[in-house]
Amino acid sequence: MSGSVTGDDAHWAFGTSFVDPLAGVDTTLPDGVDGGELAAYCLMLGDDALVASHRLAEWCSNAPDLEEDVALANIALDLLGQARLLLARAAAADPGAVPPLPAGSPVPGEDALAFFRDADDYRCVRLVEPENGDFGETVARLLCFATWRLALLARLVDSRDPVLAAIAAKGVKEVAYHRDHAARWVVTLARGTAESRRRVRAGLRAVWPHRAELARTHPVEARLARAGVAVDPADVVAEVDGVLAQVLRAADLDDLGPCAAGPVLDGPGGRDGRHTPDLAALLAEMQVVARAHPAGRW
Amino acid sequence: MTVLGSPVCDARELAAQVTDPEMPMLTLADLGVLREVKVEGDRVRVVITPTYSGCPALATMRDDLVRVLTTAGYAAVDVVVALAPAWSSDWITERGRAALQAHGLSAPGPAPRRTGPVVLDLGPTRRDVACPRCGSGEVVLASEFGPTACTALYRCRACAEPFQHVKEI
Repeated sequence: MSGSVTGDDAHWAFGTSFVDPLAGVDTTLPDGVDGGELAAYCLMLGDDALVASHRLAEWCSNAPDLEEDVALANIALDLLGQARLLLARAAAADPGAVPPLPAGSPVPGEDALAFFRDADDYRCVRLVEPENGDFGETVARLLCFATWRLALLARLVDSRDPVLAAIAAKGVKEVAYHRDHAARWVVTLARGTAESRRRVRAGLRAVWPHRAELARTHPVEARLARAGVAVDPADVVAEVDGVLAQVLRAADLDDLGPCAAGPVLDGPGGRDGRHTPDLAALLAEMQVVARAHPAGRW
Repeated sequence: MTVLGSPVCDARELAAQVTDPEMPMLTLADLGVLREVKVEGDRVRVVITPTYSGCPALATMRDDLVRVLTTAGYAAVDVVVALAPAWSSDWITERGRAALQAHGLSAPGPAPRRTGPVVLDLGPTRRDVACPRCGSGEVVLASEFGPTACTALYRCRACAEPFQHVKEI
């Protein structure tokens, strides 16, 4: 990687040319770490963020009020930024993981990974995939997702890969706001009207079965965790359950948890490329323009 | 074009004066995102750091830095990103805080110091915020997320004006 981002003179509001989000960052692999494995791990965390971001962005102009439009869009933007960094890290760690594009295509690795992989090649957990449902379900899902991600990122700041550690250190600050925002909404809705309580309760019940997958360790996570690079999700289960229990207690919804994690997921899951049908539908919409113009410059 | 005076000083000064595209009352130096300016002959290397992971202003900062420095006569301008240490609102300078205040934005308090698990906060974020327009402390949080990634929205009960507060991170 040249590391240079010498720009053009295009002066739109936010620039129109691509910027390598890791420009100048030393992406050398840590000693003894396999590039393919590191890339696979970055895709897991990056795809989680990308798909969650896309779903949250669907709320823009549809949220209960203007402030919430802005809030969910902001959270989506933070997650999109994390996804860009992680996908760029994956592309740098293993260029072979990047889908091939026509010669001369200006599409950078991070975008090729986002827009030119099929659902089978995505590595996100299923929790982030389903359609949003109502606002109660969305805040329930965000609570579950952000609580888990925050616990992962808070440990990942000590990763032996300095790039992952840096991405995590930024992400912790952001996701702490996301988690607390979702937690306050769950409590507010649960203690609001009978209808808001019914809806947030239904939302929690809808996302609860996905918690089992969050606790599962993929072989790549296990190997990289032993190498001091990744976090084993099994190590954050107690912390996540503790935080969720606190929220449920404040919401007077103790009967839903904390450890009622639903059925254990057997067989392959999202980390293995086995997804809900909702992901393919989401990707079809997200990727259609980029795929129609693989040599396009945006 | 010949670069006059001390090139190092010039480049640093020029880069420091580039403003943030979303909060143009702040220079990149006052915002604390300008981390390093290094001159070698007629080449400049500028290191910036994003405030938030998804900050869309980074590309414009890059373009603005390149334009200002090439206009000043530097032959090559490399703008690179430093992710670590992560940006903190504590890096906003005193001059930056005064500029925020003068433009109707409330400056951040001290950033939280975190080690280990992040404690859940179910109440409204406790901040010592005063209305930047009328100075009243009678303010109410309207939203933890404002029009840019780094701000929250408040409303003043005394003068009824809404205002942005730069968040502590």
